[in-house]
Amino acid sequence: MTALWLMLLIPLSGIFLQAFIGHLRLAGSINVGFAGMTFAASVWLATSVLADGPLLSPSRMMYIDAFNVYLVALTAFVGLTTAIFSRPYMQHEVESRRIGKRRMRLYHSMYQGFMFAMLAALTTNNIGILWVAMEGATLATVLLVSLYRTPEAVEAAWKYFILCGVGIAQALFGTVLLFFAAERVIPVRDDALLWNVLYSSASQLEPTVLTLAFVFLLVGYGTKVGLVPLHNWLPDAHSEGPTPMSAILSGLLLNVALYALVRIKMLVDGSLQTNLAGHLMMGFGLLSFMVAGFFLHRQRDIKRMYSYSSIEHMGLMTFAFGIGGPLATFGALLHMTVHSLTKSAIFVTVGHAAQIAGTQSIEKIRGLIRTQPAVGWGLLMGTVAIAGFPPFGLFVSEFLVLSATIKSWPWLTVPLLVGLAVAFAGIFRHLHPMVYGDPPEGQVAVRANMLPVMIQLAFVLWLGIAIPVFLSKWFEQATILISGSSPL
Amino acid sequence: MEFTQLSLYDQAIMLFAAITLFTSFVMLAQSRMAPLIYTFAWQGTLLAVTTSLVAYVSNHPHLYISAGISFFLKALLIPWMLHRLSVRLNIHREVETVAYPSLILLAGAGLVLFSYYVAIPIVQLSALVTRNTIAISIAVVLLGMLLMITRKKAISQVIGFMSIENGLFFAAVVSTYGMPMVVELGIAFDVLVAAILFGVFFFQMRASIDSLDVDRLNRLREVDE
Amino acid sequence: MTAWMLAVLETLLFVCLAPLLAGWIRRVKCHMQNRAAPSLLQPYRDLVKLFRKDAVLAEHASWIFRSTPYIVFGATILTAAMVPLVAVELSTYVIADVIVLVGFLALARFFTALAGMDIGTAFGGMGSSREMMIGALAEPVLLMTVFTLAMTASTTNLSGAVQYTLSSGLVLRPSFVFAALGLMMVAVAETGRVPVDNPATHLELTMVHEAMILEYSGRHLALIEWAGKIKLMIYFVLIANIFFPWGIATELTANNLLVGAIAIAGKLALLGVVLVTWETVMAKMRLFRVPQFLGFAFLLSLLGMLTHVVLETGG
Repeated sequence: MTALWLMLLIPLSGIFLQAFIGHLRLAGSINVGFAGMTFAASVWLATSVLADGPLLSPSRMMYIDAFNVYLVALTAFVGLTTAIFSRPYMQHEVESRRIGKRRMRLYHSMYQGFMFAMLAALTTNNIGILWVAMEGATLATVLLVSLYRTPEAVEAAWKYFILCGVGIAQALFGTVLLFFAAERVIPVRDDALLWNVLYSSASQLEPTVLTLAFVFLLVGYGTKVGLVPLHNWLPDAHSEGPTPMSAILSGLLLNVALYALVRIKMLVDGSLQTNLAGHLMMGFGLLSFMVAGFFLHRQRDIKRMYSYSSIEHMGLMTFAFGIGGPLATFGALLHMTVHSLTKSAIFVTVGHAAQIAGTQSIEKIRGLIRTQPAVGWGLLMGTVAIAGFPPFGLFVSEFLVLSATIKSWPWLTVPLLVGLAVAFAGIFRHLHPMVYGDPPEGQVAVRANMLPVMIQLAFVLWLGIAIPVFLSKWFEQATILISGSSPL
Repeated sequence: MEFTQLSLYDQAIMLFAAITLFTSFVMLAQSRMAPLIYTFAWQGTLLAVTTSLVAYVSNHPHLYISAGISFFLKALLIPWMLHRLSVRLNIHREVETVAYPSLILLAGAGLVLFSYYVAIPIVQLSALVTRNTIAISIAVVLLGMLLMITRKKAISQVIGFMSIENGLFFAAVVSTYGMPMVVELGIAFDVLVAAILFGVFFFQMRASIDSLDVDRLNRLREVDE
Repeated sequence: MTAWMLAVLETLLFVCLAPLLAGWIRRVKCHMQNRAAPSLLQPYRDLVKLFRKDAVLAEHASWIFRSTPYIVFGATILTAAMVPLVAVELSTYVIADVIVLVGFLALARFFTALAGMDIGTAFGGMGSSREMMIGALAEPVLLMTVFTLAMTASTTNLSGAVQYTLSSGLVLRPSFVFAALGLMMVAVAETGRVPVDNPATHLELTMVHEAMILEYSGRHLALIEWAGKIKLMIYFVLIANIFFPWGIATELTANNLLVGAIAIAGKLALLGVVLVTWETVMAKMRLFRVPQFLGFAFLLSLLGMLTHVVLETGG
């Protein structure tokens, strides 16, 4: 319990502290410190939940079970590594006079705000508060997307704000409908939005209303996940914001949105007793997966390209959660983890690469491996991992999803394989010249801390070769929770 | 139940709901900035009045608080902010050209019918006297979206956005007599923050593209040839 | 027999009092605009003056031009006979159908427009085309309002509708609010008042109704003007008695009839003040804005029907 409160209070106090001192040179380190403390608290929380089982706070506002506790730990971990990366990166941005003191305060404060909103969304037991926290995460990041104040950045932020705002409004309507259905069967009004109460009485909820609610919630949170055709904000927001922002948007925010969707799906499945929700998710997921794969080929901006890759992977996860069996769910959970780790590592590397080349244009980024071998290798390894090469973790998770598909939807393996191949080709045609090409005259290395990237990629590699016991136990518990049976 | 058998208070709720819907249409048709903001303020006021009526009829005192919050936010604070910003940015006298105004209004009427059909399954399950207004609330949401789609000025889009929020709030009030208080407060907080951020954005937009026409935000494309 | 007598009497009253209403409106308007007001009876004097004058006919005028004033006046009187003024359930009850009413008004308009084009002057044709445009836009609104009413009262009979509203007491129907507003806007457009048309001017760029009847003089003009005044009163009575029917006589006793007469006089006077206020604050709009004005009226009537379906049925 203490761990939970600590974990939420640390970033919350970080917001206010950084609002005053965020412009100091020290602020980057303080940011790392806060993220580190949050991570420590999350590990403490994770071990206690793992040992004692699900945790419901006395006020029943917070609920931690196997599913969200691992996402909490993952979020805090990526938050920490990105904070480590952001320190030298933002220093460089200040030195090159792209942003001033006030914006540094805003940046650091909102970084903590974003962490707080996401952890709150993950840990809350109330699906109304879940909505509030998701919207809060948008609000915290929207000014960060426009941090550079260029016309492009403002445009991206506006698009992000409007699209996600409207999208999430649909989710609120879905939540209202859910409350409407729940209020009829749950005697105490204020309990009718509590997830654990809802889950235990899911079978009594009115199926027609829940179907309608799910459609709205899928559209709403699906916008946040970046599902096609609601994905338009995502590449813009990723490409125009500062790179640490892209890393946590891609690595974390999308996950949290998907988490919300899966929580809702669990309720809807309980009420409908059919897999209608799953079918909808499969459709949207597969569509996003295919479309994003093709869009990868057309990109000229390196951050846009990797954000399309995020859409592709989120599509795959949505698809896998939609299939719903233990195998697919296990695969999706694993994929969530390895994708977060890999994608945030890639964005960190990309940020350094863009600073080396002075631009984000793919055509102008050349010869990284000669100018700064660490960055070049990082980008190469990260991309190899994200493309799903063995022995990296994404290979294992994609393989699991594929085998689950073969088992229940054999004919869907064809588009899945085609999509994988298309995406693979799309990324690699751009990658080779960036890493190996001739570096332009006078290109020099920048100050970069590649340690977090290496740790994350090593972790992904480890997950690819052998899933550690505590993790597999964790995933297994979460899978049982979501799909009802064990994959092993 | 026949409409004539409802009490006068219930009928008044229906009436105010209908007028709220009407303000949505007025916003769709209104192309001048200042009146658009005033109409939005009126919608907020109507919403608050309807909510307090519902609170009175259904004997749910917590709805008075919701009504108060929504009146303060949607009828006073946000319109006031928007008005002050538009005066400071000198756009309050601007007139927006809306393409196909009558077509948009007809589309709006179509959306009302659509919401009626969407709401049928919910209405059939509900036992509240206000259940017939659920369709109206959905329509207000959809009309807000239509406003956002058809407008190019940032302020109109913000008003469309806020009017979507109005519709959602209204939906919560009439379908379930409001959400739990903690959620309502959270939503109100989000709306407040969103309104402030929109204000910040107006200045950023003004500084970067020298206009508040969202049309000018067209640099980001899939492939920049 | 008494019932028939009463019906004829009521129609006569309707026709004779229409100029008085016009005089009242003119008087209130003068007061509101700080002008010296003419007598209430001024419209009667104008009509008498016109009747005394010779009618001048154009050389090329056909029978259409000559008969139109009588057709228009006749159709308008028949319409007036249908509208319950002081009492419901008179003998004209059976034909008091709103769709017939709309038809009669359309007939009058059709002949006025034909007559406008009959002589072949530029103004007449222009006025006719404008009038038809306004008519084409206003009639759907009128019908839509009528349908909303009919759906609520389950009848298209005027007396039936009035009785239905009376019997259900005070009901805050959202649909009636919209229908009433829509009907008021149509009334403004159909009777050629500000902001659609200005009956007081002969400005060639803006006039609509006046342009059509520019060639008329003497008794012909008197009849057409009188018909115009009756038409205004028809709309007023419709609005007053359908949406605020209280006071109208349901039984044909002297007492009830007296109350009914006083009630309708009060309602008409009040509506006149409303119209004058509206005309004073509004400016005449350009002709090209008129479709927007009527489009808005259509939206109101459509909303009336939609809210009726959504809010007042089922559940």
